[in-house]
Amino acid sequence: MMLRFSRLLLPALFALCPLAVAAADAVPTEMDPVAAARAVKLAEKLRCLVCQNQSIADSNAELANDLRRQIREQIAAGKSDSEIVDYMVNRYGDFVLYRPPFKLTTVVLWAGPALLLGGGFLVLVRNLRRRPVADSSLTAEEREQAAHLLGEDNGKDDK
Amino acid sequence: MNKKLLIPLAIFIVLAGFLFAGLWRDPREVPSPLINKPAPQFALAQLNDPATKLGTVDMKGQVWLLNVWASWCVSCREEHPLLVALAQAKVVPIVGLDYKDEPGPGKTWLAQNGDPYTTSVMDRDGSVGIDYGVYGVPETFVIDKSGTIRYKQIGPITQDALEKKILPLVRELQKS
Repeated sequence: MMLRFSRLLLPALFALCPLAVAAADAVPTEMDPVAAARAVKLAEKLRCLVCQNQSIADSNAELANDLRRQIREQIAAGKSDSEIVDYMVNRYGDFVLYRPPFKLTTVVLWAGPALLLGGGFLVLVRNLRRRPVADSSLTAEEREQAAHLLGEDNGKDDK
Repeated sequence: MNKKLLIPLAIFIVLAGFLFAGLWRDPREVPSPLINKPAPQFALAQLNDPATKLGTVDMKGQVWLLNVWASWCVSCREEHPLLVALAQAKVVPIVGLDYKDEPGPGKTWLAQNGDPYTTSVMDRDGSVGIDYGVYGVPETFVIDKSGTIRYKQIGPITQDALEKKILPLVRELQKS
Protein backbone atom coordinates (compact mmCIF):
# COMPACT_ATOMS: atom_id res chain seq x y z
CA MET A 1 0.00 0.00 0.00
CA MET A 2 2.73 2.39 1.02
CA LEU A 3 4.75 1.46 -2.01
CA ARG A 4 1.91 2.14 -4.39
CA PHE A 5 1.27 5.51 -2.79
CA SER A 6 4.83 6.69 -3.28
CA ARG A 7 4.78 5.39 -6.84
CA LEU A 8 1.90 7.71 -7.51
CA LEU A 9 3.16 10.60 -5.48
CA LEU A 10 6.72 10.81 -6.74
CA PRO A 11 5.89 11.47 -10.39
CA ALA A 12 3.39 14.04 -9.22
CA LEU A 13 6.08 15.76 -7.15
CA PHE A 14 8.53 15.73 -10.02
CA ALA A 15 5.87 17.13 -12.28
CA LEU A 16 5.55 20.10 -9.93
CA CYS A 17 9.29 20.85 -9.87
CA PRO A 18 9.45 23.04 -13.00
CA LEU A 19 6.71 25.20 -11.51
CA ALA A 20 8.71 25.73 -8.34
CA VAL A 21 11.79 26.73 -10.35
CA ALA A 22 9.81 29.16 -12.46
CA ALA A 23 8.31 30.75 -9.35
CA ALA A 24 11.76 31.22 -7.78
CA ASP A 25 12.99 32.94 -10.92
CA ALA A 26 10.11 35.34 -11.07
CA VAL A 27 10.26 36.55 -7.49
CA PRO A 28 13.26 38.93 -7.44
CA THR A 29 12.19 41.30 -10.20
CA GLU A 30 8.40 41.17 -10.44
CA MET A 31 8.69 43.36 -13.52
CA ASP A 32 7.98 43.04 -17.17
CA PRO A 33 11.08 41.95 -19.13
CA VAL A 34 11.62 45.35 -20.79
CA ALA A 35 11.67 47.23 -17.49
CA ALA A 36 13.84 44.53 -15.92
CA ALA A 37 16.35 44.84 -18.77
CA ARG A 38 16.35 48.61 -18.30
CA ALA A 39 17.00 48.20 -14.59
CA VAL A 40 19.93 45.87 -15.24
CA LYS A 41 21.39 48.21 -17.86
CA LEU A 42 21.20 51.15 -15.47
CA ALA A 43 22.68 49.15 -12.62
CA GLU A 44 25.60 48.18 -14.85
CA LYS A 45 26.40 51.85 -15.47
CA LEU A 46 26.61 52.65 -11.78
CA ARG A 47 29.49 51.94 -9.47
CA CYS A 48 28.91 50.33 -6.10
CA LEU A 49 30.58 52.65 -3.62
CA VAL A 50 31.18 49.96 -1.06
CA CYS A 51 33.18 47.71 -3.36
CA GLN A 52 34.20 50.35 -5.92
CA ASN A 53 35.36 47.99 -8.64
CA GLN A 54 32.00 46.36 -9.13
CA SER A 55 28.88 47.80 -10.63
CA ILE A 56 25.66 47.92 -8.69
CA ALA A 57 24.46 45.08 -10.91
CA ASP A 58 27.42 42.85 -10.00
CA SER A 59 27.73 43.60 -6.34
CA ASN A 60 26.13 41.68 -3.53
CA ALA A 61 26.76 44.46 -1.02
CA GLU A 62 23.76 45.52 0.99
CA LEU A 63 23.94 49.04 -0.43
CA ALA A 64 24.01 47.76 -4.01
CA ASN A 65 20.96 45.69 -3.22
CA ASP A 66 19.14 48.77 -1.88
CA LEU A 67 20.15 50.82 -4.92
CA ARG A 68 18.94 48.12 -7.30
CA ARG A 69 15.64 48.26 -5.47
CA GLN A 70 15.63 52.05 -5.84
CA ILE A 71 16.19 51.71 -9.58
CA ARG A 72 13.35 49.20 -9.91
CA GLU A 73 11.01 51.34 -7.84
CA GLN A 74 11.81 54.45 -9.83
CA ILE A 75 11.32 52.66 -13.13
CA ALA A 76 7.99 51.42 -11.83
CA ALA A 77 7.17 55.02 -10.90
CA GLY A 78 7.76 56.02 -14.51
CA LYS A 79 11.07 57.86 -14.11
CA SER A 80 13.33 58.18 -17.14
CA ASP A 81 16.85 56.74 -17.22
CA SER A 82 18.47 60.15 -16.94
CA GLU A 83 16.28 61.06 -13.98
CA ILE A 84 17.40 57.91 -12.19
CA VAL A 85 21.05 58.56 -12.99
CA ASP A 86 20.67 62.15 -11.72
CA TYR A 87 19.15 60.79 -8.53
CA MET A 88 22.26 58.68 -7.94
CA VAL A 89 24.71 61.44 -8.91
CA ASN A 90 22.99 63.92 -6.57
CA ARG A 91 23.61 61.57 -3.69
CA TYR A 92 26.90 59.87 -4.44
CA GLY A 93 28.59 62.25 -6.89
CA ASP A 94 30.01 61.67 -10.35
CA PHE A 95 32.04 58.82 -8.93
CA VAL A 96 29.04 56.49 -9.22
CA LEU A 97 29.19 56.83 -12.98
CA TYR A 98 31.54 54.48 -14.75
CA ARG A 99 31.43 56.95 -17.62
CA PRO A 100 32.18 60.34 -16.09
CA PRO A 101 30.46 63.40 -17.61
CA PHE A 102 32.45 65.84 -19.70
CA LYS A 103 32.85 69.04 -17.69
CA LEU A 104 35.51 71.48 -16.52
CA THR A 105 36.91 69.19 -13.83
CA THR A 106 37.09 66.20 -16.14
CA VAL A 107 38.55 67.93 -19.20
CA VAL A 108 42.02 66.51 -18.51
CA LEU A 109 40.54 63.06 -18.09
CA TRP A 110 38.71 63.11 -21.39
CA ALA A 111 41.03 65.21 -23.54
CA GLY A 112 44.34 64.14 -21.97
CA PRO A 113 44.94 60.92 -23.91
CA ALA A 114 44.00 62.54 -27.24
CA LEU A 115 46.25 65.53 -26.53
CA LEU A 116 49.16 63.30 -25.57
CA LEU A 117 48.73 61.20 -28.71
CA GLY A 118 48.45 64.29 -30.92
CA GLY A 119 51.44 65.95 -29.23
CA GLY A 120 53.53 62.83 -29.62
CA PHE A 121 52.60 62.63 -33.28
CA LEU A 122 53.58 66.30 -33.85
CA VAL A 123 56.96 65.79 -32.18
CA LEU A 124 57.51 62.71 -34.30
CA VAL A 125 56.68 64.53 -37.56
CA ARG A 126 58.87 67.49 -36.65
CA ASN A 127 61.82 65.33 -35.75
CA LEU A 128 61.50 63.30 -38.94
CA ARG A 129 61.40 66.45 -41.06
CA ARG A 130 64.38 68.03 -39.35
CA ARG A 131 66.59 64.99 -39.56
CA PRO A 132 69.15 65.72 -42.28
CA VAL A 133 68.70 63.43 -45.25
CA ALA A 134 71.81 61.25 -45.40
CA ASP A 135 74.06 62.26 -48.29
CA SER A 136 74.67 59.05 -50.19
CA SER A 137 77.21 60.41 -52.63
CA LEU A 138 80.83 59.86 -51.71
CA THR A 139 83.69 62.23 -52.06
CA ALA A 140 86.54 61.24 -54.33
CA GLU A 141 88.67 60.46 -51.33
CA GLU A 142 86.03 58.16 -49.82
CA ARG A 143 85.56 56.44 -53.14
CA GLU A 144 89.23 55.72 -53.36
CA GLN A 145 89.25 54.41 -49.81
CA ALA A 146 86.29 52.17 -50.52
CA ALA A 147 87.83 50.84 -53.68
CA HIS A 148 91.01 50.20 -51.76
CA LEU A 149 89.17 48.23 -49.08
CA LEU A 150 86.91 46.32 -51.39
CA GLY A 151 88.63 45.79 -54.65
CA GLU A 152 92.38 45.96 -54.38
CA ASP A 153 92.71 44.16 -51.08
CA ASN A 154 90.43 41.40 -52.25
CA GLY A 155 93.02 39.59 -54.19
CA LYS A 156 95.67 39.82 -51.51
CA ASP A 157 93.44 38.54 -48.72
CA ASP A 158 92.21 35.58 -50.70
CA LYS A 159 94.06 32.43 -50.15
CA MET B 1 72.85 72.28 -22.18
CA ASN B 2 70.05 71.72 -24.59
CA LYS B 3 66.86 73.18 -23.14
CA LYS B 4 64.74 70.63 -24.98
CA LEU B 5 66.13 67.88 -22.83
CA LEU B 6 64.43 69.54 -19.86
CA ILE B 7 60.95 68.94 -21.31
CA PRO B 8 60.78 65.21 -20.57
CA LEU B 9 62.22 65.93 -17.14
CA ALA B 10 59.50 68.52 -16.50
CA ILE B 11 56.79 66.08 -17.63
CA PHE B 12 58.26 63.43 -15.37
CA ILE B 13 58.32 65.76 -12.38
CA VAL B 14 54.68 66.81 -12.89
CA LEU B 15 53.59 63.18 -13.27
CA ALA B 16 55.61 62.08 -10.27
CA GLY B 17 54.06 64.93 -8.29
CA PHE B 18 50.54 63.69 -9.07
CA LEU B 19 51.41 60.11 -8.24
CA PHE B 20 53.18 61.15 -5.05
CA ALA B 21 50.17 63.14 -3.87
CA GLY B 22 48.00 60.15 -4.76
CA LEU B 23 49.87 57.97 -2.28
CA TRP B 24 48.21 59.76 0.60
CA ARG B 25 44.71 59.80 -0.72
CA ASP B 26 42.20 57.24 0.36
CA PRO B 27 40.42 55.84 -2.68
CA ARG B 28 37.52 54.80 -0.48
CA GLU B 29 36.85 58.40 0.42
CA VAL B 30 34.55 59.73 -2.24
CA PRO B 31 33.89 63.47 -1.98
CA SER B 32 30.22 64.02 -1.29
CA PRO B 33 28.23 66.16 -3.71
CA LEU B 34 26.06 67.18 -0.75
CA ILE B 35 28.64 69.53 0.78
CA ASN B 36 27.21 73.06 0.88
CA LYS B 37 23.84 71.73 -0.23
CA PRO B 38 20.70 71.66 1.90
CA ALA B 39 20.57 68.56 4.09
CA PRO B 40 17.94 66.15 2.73
CA GLN B 41 14.75 66.40 4.77
CA PHE B 42 13.65 63.56 6.98
CA ALA B 43 11.31 62.91 9.86
CA LEU B 44 11.85 59.53 11.48
CA ALA B 45 10.63 57.66 14.53
CA GLN B 46 12.89 58.01 17.54
CA LEU B 47 14.70 54.94 18.78
CA ASN B 48 13.68 55.44 22.41
CA ASP B 49 10.21 56.74 21.62
CA PRO B 50 8.92 55.32 18.33
CA ALA B 51 5.67 57.24 18.63
CA THR B 52 7.51 60.58 18.33
CA LYS B 53 9.29 61.70 15.23
CA LEU B 54 12.35 63.86 14.93
CA GLY B 55 13.49 65.45 11.74
CA THR B 56 15.61 68.08 10.06
CA VAL B 57 12.92 70.67 10.75
CA ASP B 58 13.34 70.26 14.51
CA MET B 59 17.06 70.95 14.26
CA LYS B 60 16.79 74.15 12.28
CA GLY B 61 18.41 77.19 13.86
CA GLN B 62 21.24 75.28 15.48
CA VAL B 63 24.47 73.71 14.39
CA TRP B 64 24.24 69.94 14.77
CA LEU B 65 25.95 66.70 13.93
CA LEU B 66 24.22 63.84 12.20
CA ASN B 67 26.05 60.64 13.03
CA VAL B 68 25.14 57.52 11.08
CA TRP B 69 25.62 54.42 13.20
CA ALA B 70 24.30 50.90 13.67
CA SER B 71 24.58 48.15 16.22
CA TRP B 72 26.03 45.86 13.54
CA CYS B 73 28.70 48.39 12.57
CA VAL B 74 32.14 47.37 13.77
CA SER B 75 34.04 50.60 13.18
CA CYS B 76 31.32 52.54 15.02
CA ARG B 77 32.87 51.15 18.21
CA GLU B 78 36.09 52.84 17.24
CA GLU B 79 34.65 56.36 17.20
CA HIS B 80 32.11 55.86 19.95
CA PRO B 81 34.25 56.95 22.94
CA LEU B 82 35.02 60.19 21.11
CA LEU B 83 31.33 60.84 20.55
CA VAL B 84 30.53 60.11 24.19
CA ALA B 85 33.23 62.56 25.28
CA LEU B 86 31.96 65.14 22.82
CA ALA B 87 28.43 64.74 24.16
CA GLN B 88 29.66 65.19 27.72
CA ALA B 89 31.36 68.43 26.73
CA LYS B 90 27.96 69.61 25.45
CA VAL B 91 29.49 71.46 22.54
CA VAL B 92 27.02 70.46 19.86
CA PRO B 93 23.88 68.33 19.69
CA ILE B 94 24.47 64.96 18.03
CA VAL B 95 21.58 63.26 16.29
CA GLY B 96 22.10 59.56 15.70
CA LEU B 97 20.77 57.92 12.56
CA ASP B 98 20.43 54.25 13.42
CA TYR B 99 20.97 52.93 9.92
CA LYS B 100 19.37 49.66 8.79
CA ASP B 101 19.07 48.44 12.33
CA GLU B 102 16.45 46.93 14.59
CA PRO B 103 15.26 48.87 17.66
CA GLY B 104 16.16 46.04 20.07
CA PRO B 105 19.84 45.61 19.17
CA GLY B 106 20.16 49.39 18.70
CA LYS B 107 19.00 50.12 22.25
CA THR B 108 21.15 47.34 23.71
CA TRP B 109 24.17 48.69 21.88
CA LEU B 110 23.66 52.18 23.29
CA ALA B 111 23.10 50.78 26.78
CA GLN B 112 26.39 48.90 26.55
CA ASN B 113 28.54 51.55 24.93
CA GLY B 114 27.00 54.77 26.21
CA ASP B 115 24.52 57.01 24.47
CA PRO B 116 26.07 60.23 23.16
CA TYR B 117 23.01 61.18 21.13
CA THR B 118 20.61 63.98 21.86
CA THR B 119 18.18 61.77 19.98
CA SER B 120 18.55 58.71 17.80
CA VAL B 121 16.15 58.07 14.96
CA MET B 122 15.49 54.83 13.13
CA ASP B 123 16.27 54.51 9.44
CA ARG B 124 15.20 50.91 9.21
CA ASP B 125 15.08 50.52 5.45
CA GLY B 126 18.08 52.79 4.82
CA SER B 127 16.22 55.21 2.57
CA VAL B 128 17.36 58.31 4.47
CA GLY B 129 20.86 56.87 4.29
CA ILE B 130 20.55 56.77 0.50
CA ASP B 131 19.35 60.39 0.48
CA TYR B 132 22.49 61.35 2.40
CA GLY B 133 24.71 59.29 0.12
CA VAL B 134 25.77 57.02 2.96
CA TYR B 135 27.92 54.17 1.75
CA GLY B 136 30.12 53.33 4.70
CA VAL B 137 28.89 53.49 8.26
CA PRO B 138 29.88 55.36 10.37
CA GLU B 139 29.52 58.69 8.67
CA THR B 140 29.10 62.08 10.26
CA PHE B 141 27.65 65.25 8.82
CA VAL B 142 28.09 68.75 10.19
CA ILE B 143 24.93 70.73 9.46
CA ASP B 144 24.69 74.48 10.02
CA LYS B 145 21.90 76.68 11.37
CA SER B 146 20.26 77.08 7.98
CA GLY B 147 20.21 73.33 7.44
CA THR B 148 23.12 73.17 5.01
CA ILE B 149 25.62 70.31 5.11
CA ARG B 150 29.07 71.79 5.69
CA TYR B 151 31.25 68.76 6.24
CA LYS B 152 31.11 65.01 5.91
CA GLN B 153 33.32 62.59 7.76
CA ILE B 154 33.44 59.23 6.02
CA GLY B 155 34.33 56.40 8.33
CA PRO B 156 35.03 56.72 12.04
CA ILE B 157 35.74 60.12 13.54
CA THR B 158 39.34 60.33 14.68
CA GLN B 159 40.78 62.52 17.41
CA ASP B 160 42.65 64.34 14.68
CA ALA B 161 39.58 64.97 12.50
CA LEU B 162 37.59 66.06 15.54
CA GLU B 163 40.15 68.58 16.77
CA LYS B 164 41.36 69.89 13.44
CA LYS B 165 38.22 69.89 11.33
CA ILE B 166 34.94 69.20 13.06
CA LEU B 167 35.25 71.25 16.25
CA PRO B 168 36.77 74.37 14.64
CA LEU B 169 34.07 74.24 11.98
CA VAL B 170 31.30 73.81 14.56
CA ARG B 171 32.58 76.77 16.59
CA GLU B 172 32.84 78.94 13.52
CA LEU B 173 29.32 78.00 12.39
CA GLN B 174 27.91 78.61 15.86
CA LYS B 175 29.27 82.17 15.79
CA SER B 176 27.67 83.08 12.52
